[in-house]
Amino acid sequence: MPAKRPQPRFPEPDTQPFWEATKRHELTYQTCDKCDAVVFYPRRHCTACGSGELTRRLSKGQGRVYTFSVIMQSRHPAFAELGPYAVAYVDLDEGFRMMTNILGVQDPTKDIHCGMRVKLRWEDQGEGEIALPTFEPA
Amino acid sequence: MPQRRDAAIVGIYEYPLRVAPGVSPLQIKAESAAKALEDAGLSWADVDAVYDTGGDQGIGGLGIAEYFGIKPRLIDTTYVGGSSFEFHANHARTMIAAGKCNVALLTYGSSAPSDRRAIGTAGATGVGPASPINNMEDPWGLTLIGNYAMVKTRHMFQYGTTDEQFAAISVATRRHAMRNPEAVKAMTDLEFVGVREITVQDVLESRLIAYPLRLLECCMVSDGGGAVIIASPDVTRNVRKKPVWIIGCGEATKYRENNGDITVSAGAQAAPIAFGEAGVSPAEIDVLMAYDSFSITVMCLIEDLGFCKKGEGGAYVGDAHLVFDDPRKPALNTDGGGLSSNHPGQRGIFLLLEATRQLRGESTSQVRDAKLAVAVGNGGQLGSRHATAVTILAVD
Repeated sequence: MPAKRPQPRFPEPDTQPFWEATKRHELTYQTCDKCDAVVFYPRRHCTACGSGELTRRLSKGQGRVYTFSVIMQSRHPAFAELGPYAVAYVDLDEGFRMMTNILGVQDPTKDIHCGMRVKLRWEDQGEGEIALPTFEPA
Repeated sequence: MPQRRDAAIVGIYEYPLRVAPGVSPLQIKAESAAKALEDAGLSWADVDAVYDTGGDQGIGGLGIAEYFGIKPRLIDTTYVGGSSFEFHANHARTMIAAGKCNVALLTYGSSAPSDRRAIGTAGATGVGPASPINNMEDPWGLTLIGNYAMVKTRHMFQYGTTDEQFAAISVATRRHAMRNPEAVKAMTDLEFVGVREITVQDVLESRLIAYPLRLLECCMVSDGGGAVIIASPDVTRNVRKKPVWIIGCGEATKYRENNGDITVSAGAQAAPIAFGEAGVSPAEIDVLMAYDSFSITVMCLIEDLGFCKKGEGGAYVGDAHLVFDDPRKPALNTDGGGLSSNHPGQRGIFLLLEATRQLRGESTSQVRDAKLAVAVGNGGQLGSRHATAVTILAVD
């Protein structure tokens, strides 16, 4: 069995609700009740105005590749034998940018482009564990 | 407007070895400090301020002061990665101008390869204390090189910059390295394939480490270190070498934001502050020491400091005028840079060292009549969060 990816670690109160929601295959982000700013990564305060009143919302999981790299060489045991894999920033339609992987392409150095439409694809990490949000071409 | 003469670099030392097994970072720092003080004609007892990134032993700056045996009036342990040393130089200038200290000591020492640390390709470990950043980035397997590569991808997409243009940075830097005996020894000791000048084609044919960054666009990982002494105008009257004045300082930080432009570094914010304070423009600069962790770092810094317009860096560097003997200025990374001379993890101090050598007329790739130099450090990781500091230097 291959080594496990680095997993989010808890207790970590800012990001724990995000990862709990992934167990239900829900991709969540926050908006500020005071100034409507979109907040991501998850926090307890609004990064635009400092307000502590945020609402957690459900993303539709659709967006565009902002940028990406294809990792050819990683010494981490979970990735070392994987072959080339794409890490990207994806801009979700709701206005937040997240780090992720782009899966479901033949050759990641040729088949992924900035601006490309992508959709959410969950990668389960095991029974009762968090699920990893990744993306594939829409 | 008269240029400021508040504080000057008066002593420097670059630790010569890039592979130094059996020597600790602390020992490299202490040896470098002693040699830099000797270069200045000052003594251990003259130092009244210590600047350090902390972390070698004990609590922050306490452990280093004790190790040296110095009782400073001022300790500053600002740590923002590889650009920490430009932050330190800027802070030392400000504190000397305020009369808080007279002789500041900046040191650096690292034994990254001797410790077998795979900095660029290790990826996140998934151990250590939990934090929001770790939890929101580690699981997807981004490496440090991949982080910078994402900026290059976007730069190519947004501005049409080509691999050939990025390669020109590596080519010019290697040419300078081949003229620097310590860089040649570094590449030899670190078993580079082909210790020689390189072509654009060589860069394009080197292997991909993290698409679209290739091996010859990535800095080496070496041992090394050095020291810088910064002193007040009073002290400069009694030093051995020509003082190199710090005439402009700017600092800024940048991190990933929703809808942010990843191709713009914190240099865009830091540069106008530094150039404004110095009363000079990028067009007047003779030597540019720009943090070259990767080709893309240099590309962004050249643009963001205003040597050309944003997005036009490709055409600018591709025009082959970055070398020391081209009449068009500035020359870039004349010591061979992190790409081809040394990069022990945090390269910032070497930018100050080579800029000083240039303004003293001591470089192995000396720019004729060099009067103005810029050291611009970029620490952290360009594609996620980083800190840029600009230090503008001048000689009378």
